[in-house]
Amino acid sequence: MAEAQNIPAGSTTAGSIAVAAESTVATRMSAPPSFDVADFPVPHGREEEWRFTPLARLRGLHDGTAVATGEGVRVEIEAPEGVTVETVGREDERLRKAGKPVDRVAAQAYSSFEKASVVTVAKEAVLDEPIRIAVHGQGGVAFGHQVIELGAFAEAVVVIDHTGDAVLAANVDFVLGDGAKLTVVSVQDWEKDAVHVAQHNALLGRDASFKSVVVTFGGDVVRLHPRVSYAAPGGSAELFGLYFTDAGQHQEHRLLVDHNTPHCSSNVAYKGALQGQDAHAVWIGDVLIQAAAEGTDTYELNRNLVLTDGARVDSVPNLEIETGEIAGAGHASATGRFDDEQLFYLMARGIPETEARRLVVRGFFAELVQQIGLPDVEERLIAKVEAELEASV
Amino acid sequence: MATLEIHDLHVSVDAENGPREILKGVDLTIKQGETHAVMGPNGSGKSTLAYSLAGHPKYTVTGGTVTLDGEDVLEMSVDERARAGVFLAMQYPVEVPGVSVSNFLRTSATAIRGEAPKLRTWVKEVKEAMEKLSMDPAFAERNVNEGFSGGEKKRHEILQLELLKPKIAILDETDSGLDVDALRIVSEGVNRVRETGEVGTLLITHYTRILRYIKPDFVHVFANGRIVESGGAELADQLENEGYDKYVKGGASA
Repeated sequence: MAEAQNIPAGSTTAGSIAVAAESTVATRMSAPPSFDVADFPVPHGREEEWRFTPLARLRGLHDGTAVATGEGVRVEIEAPEGVTVETVGREDERLRKAGKPVDRVAAQAYSSFEKASVVTVAKEAVLDEPIRIAVHGQGGVAFGHQVIELGAFAEAVVVIDHTGDAVLAANVDFVLGDGAKLTVVSVQDWEKDAVHVAQHNALLGRDASFKSVVVTFGGDVVRLHPRVSYAAPGGSAELFGLYFTDAGQHQEHRLLVDHNTPHCSSNVAYKGALQGQDAHAVWIGDVLIQAAAEGTDTYELNRNLVLTDGARVDSVPNLEIETGEIAGAGHASATGRFDDEQLFYLMARGIPETEARRLVVRGFFAELVQQIGLPDVEERLIAKVEAELEASV
Repeated sequence: MATLEIHDLHVSVDAENGPREILKGVDLTIKQGETHAVMGPNGSGKSTLAYSLAGHPKYTVTGGTVTLDGEDVLEMSVDERARAGVFLAMQYPVEVPGVSVSNFLRTSATAIRGEAPKLRTWVKEVKEAMEKLSMDPAFAERNVNEGFSGGEKKRHEILQLELLKPKIAILDETDSGLDVDALRIVSEGVNRVRETGEVGTLLITHYTRILRYIKPDFVHVFANGRIVESGGAELADQLENEGYDKYVKGGASA
C-alpha cells in the first residue's frame, strides 16, 4: 500500500507495515513519556525522533538553555456563551488528563509553564460560534499549556491562530467526553524567525468525534506532534494537515494515532507544497493498532508537491498492527515534482505560467481543503496558498 | 488570411552525447482554410515539428524562422503562441490532477479570448460541443486527462480545438490508438472546424487511415528531419500502397 513516485533528489519516502509483538513506535523514542524534563536526555540529533530536526535552530528549547521571558506570547481567548475559560496553576489535575509529553521539548514545556488555560464546554452544549484562541508572539521565549475539555455530547469548533514572532514550546490537550464532537483548527502563520514546538494530545471518550486541521505556513522551525488515543470504544479521529514550506523553512509534522481500544477509526491526510532553496518538510505518520483494538479502521496519507529545486521532503508512514481482527488499515505516501509537462500542457492552451502554477497547486490542495467543513477557514486557506504562490513568482 | 510560414527550420534536442539535430531544414507554408498532411515513418521528426511549433522547452531551435502573419512565433512563449492562434492537439495529453475539465476549459477560453466567456452561453457552448463528440456531460467534472481512456483523451483534445477556434491547428497523431468509431467521431470534429474555413490544419500522422475521413489538400512526406516530397491527396494513396521504404532507404535510420 505504500507508494512512491517521482521523488525529487535528496528526498525520502520510506514506509513500513510491521506486525510485531513489541512496539517499535514506542521503542523508537529515546525515553518513555514523562512530565519531567529530567527524564529525557538532551538530544544530540541522531535519535529517531530528532534526526530530521535542526536542533541548532531550536534556540535552546531542547537543551534547557531557553528561558521564558516576560514578553513571550500574548494569548487571548474569545469564547461564546456556555464556555468556561480559566487560568490555573500547575497543580490543576486537568492538565495531566490527555497524555504525557513524549519528547524533551514537550517535557520542557510542561516543566516550565507558570499558568495554564483551561477551556471547558459544558456537557450537551452545542456552540454555534467557534472558540478563538489567538497566540501572538511578542518576540520572546514562552512555554505554554492549554486544555480544551468538552463534556459529554458537547459540540465545539476551536480555532487557534499563531502569529507574530516567538520561541514557543507548548502542550495543547483536547479531552472529549462521550459522544462529544470537536473540530480544532491550528494555524501556524508565524513571522519568519519564529520557532514553535508543540505536542497536541487528544483523548476521545466513547463515540466521540475529533477533527484536527493543522495548517502551517510560517516560522523558521515548526515541529508539531499531534497525538490521538481513545479512552473508550467508538471514537473517530480525522487528522488533516496542510503546509506550504518556503525557502529555508523547516516544517515537521509527527503524528501518532494509538488505537488502544476496539472499534475506533482514524483517517490522516496531510498535504504539503514546497518551494525554494532548503525548504524542508518532514512528515511522520505513526499508527499503532494494539492487540486489544479489534475492529479498528485506519488510513493515513501524505502527499507532497515540490515546486522548485532545492527543497527536501522526508515522509515516513509507519503502521504497526498487533491484531488481525481489524476493519481496515492502510497508508500511502508520495512526493512529486511540479511537472513541467503539466505546465506545458496548460500554457499550450493559452494559460500564462503563473496562472497555470496556481491551477495545479490549487488542484493539489482542493480535495483536502474541501474536507475541512468550515467555509471561512477553507476560504482563508485558499487565499493564503495563493499569497504564497504570488510571493514565489 | 492567417498564414503560418516555416522556413529552413532546424531543431535539436539534448542527448547524452551533446545536442542532436532532429529537424534539418523544414520549409512549409500553411494558409487558413488549407489542410496539410505530414506523413512519415517513426523517428522521422514529425512530432518534433509539432512540439517545436508549440514551443516545448525540450526542443532548441538552432536555425530558421517561423512566422504567423509575419509575427515571429519563435520569439513567443508557449502561452503567447496559443493566444496568437496556434493550437497543438497532443499525441499524449498530460494529466493535471485536481483541475476539472470545466475549470480548465473556461480558464483556457478566458486566456485565448481575452475575456471570460459569459457563463450562460459558455455552459451551452461546452454542452453542445461535448454532445457532438459523444462525450458524457459528467466528463466535465473529471480531472483533466486523469484516468481517461485513449479515445477520451483525443476527444478532449478535439473538444478544445472546437472551443478555442485557433488559426492554425496542429494535430499530432490524433488518430493513434483510436478504434474506428472513435476515429470517425474525432475526424468529424476536426472536419467541423475545417468547414468554417477559418483554420489552417497540419495533420501529422503515420497512417493513411485518418485521411479517409479528413481529406487533405496537400500531402508531405517527412523523412530524416525534412520534407522530402510534396503532392496532392494522391501522394497518400501512393504511400498506402508502397509504404515509406523508398524514402528511408539509404537515408538516416528511421
